[in-house]
Amino acid sequence: MIKLEGISKVYNAGRLNEVNSLRNINLSVQRGEFLVVIGANGSGKSTLLNIIAGSVVHTKGNLYIDGKDLGMLPDYKRSRWVARVFQNPLMGTAPDLSILENFRLAALRTSPKKLKIGINNSFIKEVKEKVASLSMGLEDKLDQAIGSLSGGQRQALTLLMSVMDDLSVLLLDEPTAALDPRSAELVMKTAGNLIKDFNLTALMVTHNLKESLAYGSRLIQMSEGQIVRDVTSEEKQRLQASDIYEWFM
Amino acid sequence: MDFYLTALLQGLCFSAIAAGIFISMKIFNIPDITTDGSYALGGAVTGVLLSADYSLALVFPLVALAGAGAGVCTGLIHTKLKINPLLSGILVMTALYSINLSLMGRSNIPLMNHSTLYSLLMLSDDHNLNTLYVLLFFVIVLLSAITYLLKTDFGISMRATGNSESMIRALGVNTDRMKITGLAIANSLTAISGFLMTQFQGFADINMGIGIVIVGLGSVIIAEAFINWFNISSVSLILLLVISGAIVFQLVLSLTLSLGIDATLLKLVTALFVLVIVSLPRISFRKKYD
Repeated sequence: MIKLEGISKVYNAGRLNEVNSLRNINLSVQRGEFLVVIGANGSGKSTLLNIIAGSVVHTKGNLYIDGKDLGMLPDYKRSRWVARVFQNPLMGTAPDLSILENFRLAALRTSPKKLKIGINNSFIKEVKEKVASLSMGLEDKLDQAIGSLSGGQRQALTLLMSVMDDLSVLLLDEPTAALDPRSAELVMKTAGNLIKDFNLTALMVTHNLKESLAYGSRLIQMSEGQIVRDVTSEEKQRLQASDIYEWFM
Repeated sequence: MDFYLTALLQGLCFSAIAAGIFISMKIFNIPDITTDGSYALGGAVTGVLLSADYSLALVFPLVALAGAGAGVCTGLIHTKLKINPLLSGILVMTALYSINLSLMGRSNIPLMNHSTLYSLLMLSDDHNLNTLYVLLFFVIVLLSAITYLLKTDFGISMRATGNSESMIRALGVNTDRMKITGLAIANSLTAISGFLMTQFQGFADINMGIGIVIVGLGSVIIAEAFINWFNISSVSLILLLVISGAIVFQLVLSLTLSLGIDATLLKLVTALFVLVIVSLPRISFRKKYD
C-alpha cells in the first residue's frame, strides 16, 4: 500500500545549519494496517508524514502508494489517494464556511470542483446521516460556520470528512494534541471506528503514549531520522506504557 | 434631487468594483492595488472601441477580458515569483498606466454622440431615469452571476482558498491557480466598473483610476459593518450589502459636497470618511471598557 525506499530529507543542504531530518528510510505499510509513529521532537516523524502527504518534497529515494510512483507529485494532486487530519483543527477545516460546505469540498477530494451547485437535498441528507453518527447533535447545525464549533467537534468532523470520498491512505498528524482529554478520547474513538469500518490504511503520529498503546496494529519509533524500533501487532499487545516510556529515556 | 440620483447612478457604476474588492480582499485575503490600473484599463478599452463605433456586444467581453488579464499578471507575479501581493499589484498598476496611455493615444477620449449602453434601451424619456433602469438591470444580472458562482463547488473551493489554504490543498485544489483565477475575476469586475463609468460620464480619462481602490474598499467596509452587526452568513445577502455599500458611499460623498465642501477636497473627504467607518466601532468599544 505505502512503500518508502531509501527516503532521505536534508534541510539547508551544504549550509552550516544543515539538518538531516530523515536518513535512508525503508518502510512498507500493508493494506488495512494502522501504523502508529512515535519519537522525540525532531526525530523526523512529522517530516515522514509530510513527505507522504506531499507538502514536503524528499531529497532522495522513492515513494509508492498503491504501487504508483508518486515522485514529485504536489500535495494537491496526491489528494486522490491521501486524506489528512492536521494537528491544528483550524488547518483541516475552513472556519468561515458552513459544516455543509466543508463536507461538500471533502466529498470532492478526488474530483474537480465544477461550476455547478453540488449541495442538493440528497447531499444534505447524506451529510446529516454521517454527522448524526457522531451523536454530537451537530446534524441540525449544518448551516453553521464550522469555526464556531469547539476544537474537538471540528477534529471529529475532519475525520468524518476524510471518508466522504475514496481514499487509500489516512494520515493523522497528532490529531489530539490540541484537545482536552475528553475530546481527545472521542476523536480517537471516532478515528478507530472509521479505520475499522472502512478498512483504511492509516498512519498516525502521536506524542501520547496511552494512544500509541490503545490504537494501531503496528508501532514504530523514530530517532534522529531513522526507524529504531518496529513492533508488530502481537508484540504490540504485550507492550506496557512503562516500556515505551523507557525507550524515550 | 437630481444630485442624489446622480450619486445613486455612480454608486451602481461602482458596484462591480465593490464586488471585485470583496472577492480579492474578503474571499482571498489579498489586498489588491491593481484596481486603480484595471479600472482605468476598462475605461480606456471602452473609450477607444466605442469612439470607433464598435458594437457593445464586442466591447463588453473585451473589457472583461482585459481586466482579467491584468488580474492574471498580478496573480502570476504573486504566486509564481512569490512577491508580496501588495507590491505585485503596485507593479501591474504602474505598468498599466503606460499601457492605458498608449491604448488611448491621448489622455482623454470623449464619447459624446456615440451610442452607449445607456442609449441601448429606451425605457424612459428621462435620460437619468433610463440610465437608472439600465444600470439596475445590469447590476442585478451581475449580482446573480457572482452569487451563483460563489455557491457552486468551484466557488466554495474559492472561498476555502482564502480561508484555510492547508485544508483546501489537502482536498485537491491547486491554490496558486485558484488565486490567479480569483484575481482575474476581481479585476475583470473592476474593469467592468470602468466600462460603466466611462459611458455614464461620457468620456474615458487616463487619470480616472487614481485612488479608486478606496471606493471599493470603503463599500466593502460599510457592508462589513452590517454583516458583523447582524451576523449575516448568506452569500447573496452579503453581496447585496456590498453593492449597497457602494451606493451608500456615493450618497454620503454627495451629501458632504452638498454641504458646501470644496470639490478639490473630495479625495481628502473620501479618505477621512473611510477612516471614520473603520475606526468608529473601535473607538466606541474602548470607551465602554475604560
